[in-house]
Amino acid sequence: MSEVTFLEAIAQGLRDEMRADPTVFMIGEDIGTYGGAFRLTAGFLDEFGPERVIDTPISESGFVGAAIGAAIAGMRPVVEFQFIDFIANAFDMIVNFAGTNHYRWGQKVPLVLRGPSGGRVSGSAFHSANPEAYFNRAPGLKIVYPATVEDAYGLIRSAVRDENPVLFFEHKYLYRRIKGTIDPQAALVQIGKARLAREGRDLSIVSYAAMLHVALEAAENLAAEGIEAEVLDLRTLRPLDEEAVLATARKTGKVIVLTEEPLTGSFAGEVAARVSEKAFWHLDAPVARVCCIDTPVPYSPPLEDFYLPNADKVVVRARELVRA
Amino acid sequence: MTRKLGPLHPEDVPAVESLAKSTLPRERQLELYRYLKLNRLVEDRLTNLYRQGKVVGGLYSSRGQEAISVGSAYALEPGDVVGPLIRNLGSMLVRGVSPREVFMQYMARGGSPTGGKDCNLHFGDLARGLVSPISMLGALIPVMAGIALASKLQRKGLIALTYIGDGGTSTGDFHEGMNLAAVLGLPLVVVAEHNGYAYSTPTSRQMKIKDLAQRAAAYGIPARIVDGNDVLAVYEASRALFSAARSGGGPQFLEVKTFRMKGHAEHDDAGYVPRELFEEWKKKDPIDRFERHLLGSSLAAREELDAIVALLQKELDAEVDFALASPMPPPERALEGVYHERVEGGVA
Repeated sequence: MSEVTFLEAIAQGLRDEMRADPTVFMIGEDIGTYGGAFRLTAGFLDEFGPERVIDTPISESGFVGAAIGAAIAGMRPVVEFQFIDFIANAFDMIVNFAGTNHYRWGQKVPLVLRGPSGGRVSGSAFHSANPEAYFNRAPGLKIVYPATVEDAYGLIRSAVRDENPVLFFEHKYLYRRIKGTIDPQAALVQIGKARLAREGRDLSIVSYAAMLHVALEAAENLAAEGIEAEVLDLRTLRPLDEEAVLATARKTGKVIVLTEEPLTGSFAGEVAARVSEKAFWHLDAPVARVCCIDTPVPYSPPLEDFYLPNADKVVVRARELVRA
Repeated sequence: MTRKLGPLHPEDVPAVESLAKSTLPRERQLELYRYLKLNRLVEDRLTNLYRQGKVVGGLYSSRGQEAISVGSAYALEPGDVVGPLIRNLGSMLVRGVSPREVFMQYMARGGSPTGGKDCNLHFGDLARGLVSPISMLGALIPVMAGIALASKLQRKGLIALTYIGDGGTSTGDFHEGMNLAAVLGLPLVVVAEHNGYAYSTPTSRQMKIKDLAQRAAAYGIPARIVDGNDVLAVYEASRALFSAARSGGGPQFLEVKTFRMKGHAEHDDAGYVPRELFEEWKKKDPIDRFERHLLGSSLAAREELDAIVALLQKELDAEVDFALASPMPPPERALEGVYHERVEGGVA
C-alpha cells in the first residue's frame, strides 16, 4: 500500500496488467519516448520495449482501427488518446466497428480506449471534452469514468481484462489533485457497480468523475444547513448500475443528477429518465439535472466557471428540491 | 487510338488473349476454374432469388471481377487472414465458406453465419482466417493492419490481405491505414480493384491520378499493377507480394484493372455507364478468358469443364433448397450477444 496520485494509480494499473499479461500493449501518440502528453506512460518504453509501447502517426481512426484488428487477432490493446476530444476522429471505428463486432459475428474485441477528459483547466473547446453521451447510446461499448484513486486503479485493471471495448475516461483535473492508496492485492473493482460515496436521508446526488467531488463538497455545505445529501458515484456509466440509482432515489425521494457535459442530450438525461420511469411513485420532487450550459467549453476562467457546475449551483438546486 | 468513353477504357488493360505465365500445375488451375465458376454461379442463383423476393435487402455482384478475389485468396497460406469486401465472395469461397452459408446469410435465415443479425457477406470466422467488414469503406485497411500488427507481435509469420475499390481509396481510413502499416512495417497486402465506378461516380470524379498504385507510392509502399481479368496474373502477383510481406518487406499494394459489369447493387441498372463499355469488357470476361486458356493450352477438355459445372449446379440446387426451407430467426434473438460475456473461471 502506498499513496499515489490519480494519474499514478492509472499508470500503475496499466503496468501491473502489462507485467501480468504479454498480450497487453499500448498504442497512441507520443506515449513512448516522450511518455505521453501527461507523462502517464513515462518509463513504459524502457520497461516494455517498443513492441508494446507503440508510437503512431497522428491517425486516431488508423490506430484505433489497428487496435481493433489486433484485439480480434488475440491481443489486448490499450489505446491512448492524447486528449479525449480526439476520440471524435475515431468515432466510426469505435461505434460502427468495435461496438457492433461481437453482436454481428460473435467475435470479441477486448480493447481499452483511454485518455484525459474534462475541463476546469482552461483547455477550451478541444481539450476539455466529456464525450460519454456520444457513446452511451452505442451498443456494445462499456464506459468507465472513475472519481477516486482506488477506483482508477481497480477499474483500469478490470478494463484491460474485459472482453469488450471499454472507454475509460480519465478526468485530467483529478490527475494530480487527488491522492489515495492502491493495493495490488485487493480485489479488482468490478465494472458496472456504483459506489455509495456518502449516506444521507434528504436527497440523492448521482454523479461521477470530477463532479463527484463537487457533489461531496455540496453535501458538506448542505450538512451545515441540516440537509443530509446522499452521494452515489456511478463509476461505470454503461452498463449502468440502475439498481443502485433506483435504490437511492427510492430512499430519499429527491434526485439531482450532476454531470459535466452540456445539458441537452446529456448522459444525465438518461439517468433522470430511468429514475422518472422506474421510481416515479417514490419521488417527492421532479428529478433535477445539474449540468453545463449548452455551449462549447469556453476558454477564459470566468467563462469556464460559468459554464461548469459547482457546489454552489448544486446547493441552490438541493434547497429547492428539499423545500418543494 | 485514344477514346474517351469513360473513366476506365478497356484499352487500359493490355488486350492480350493469352494469360500471364504461371507454373501452377493443371490440377490447381482446374481448382481455380472451379472457384471462378462457383463464384459466378452462386451470384447467378442469388440474382434469381433476389428477383423472387427471397433475398432480404440489397444484392451485390462481383460479376467480371471474380478473378481478383479468387486469384488473390488462392495465393494465401493457411493461417493468413483476409478481410473481404462486398465484391469478394470469391475470396470467401476459397477460404472455405460454403454456398449454403451465403444463401442463408442473404436470405436472413436463423441458421446463417450471423444468425440473422447481419446481412450479405458481412460475416467472418477467425478459424478460416476471415474478418467481417463493415459497410464504411476504408475501415478494413487499419483493422487489417492491426491483424498484421498482431501477427508481428505474436511472431506468427502470417499476412493480412484486404481489398479496396477505386472509390474506397478516397477515404481517410484508407490513407491512415496505409500510412500506419508503412511506418510500422506491417505484413499487410492491399488489393485495389480499379473497376471504374464507385456506385455511379466514375474514377475521374474520385481522383486526379490515373493509377491507384500512385496512392501507394505516396506512403513508400511497393506496388504492382496487373490485369484484373487474368486470374493467373492476379495469382502470380499476389503470391509475389504475399511473399515480400511475409519476409519483412512491409505492406504491399496490388492494383488490378477491371470493370464492374453490373450496377452498384441489383436494384441499380447502371444507366450511367456507357453501353459500349459493357460490350467491350464482356469480351474480356475473366472466366471466359481462363476457359479459353485451359482449352487452348490443352490443360482441360471441354467435357471436363462441363462436368465441373454440372457438379457445381447440382450442389447449388441442393443448397438453395436447404436455405429456402430454413426458418427465419426467433425474434428475441435480437437481444443476444451485444457483449461478450466472460464465463467465470473459464477461458473466454
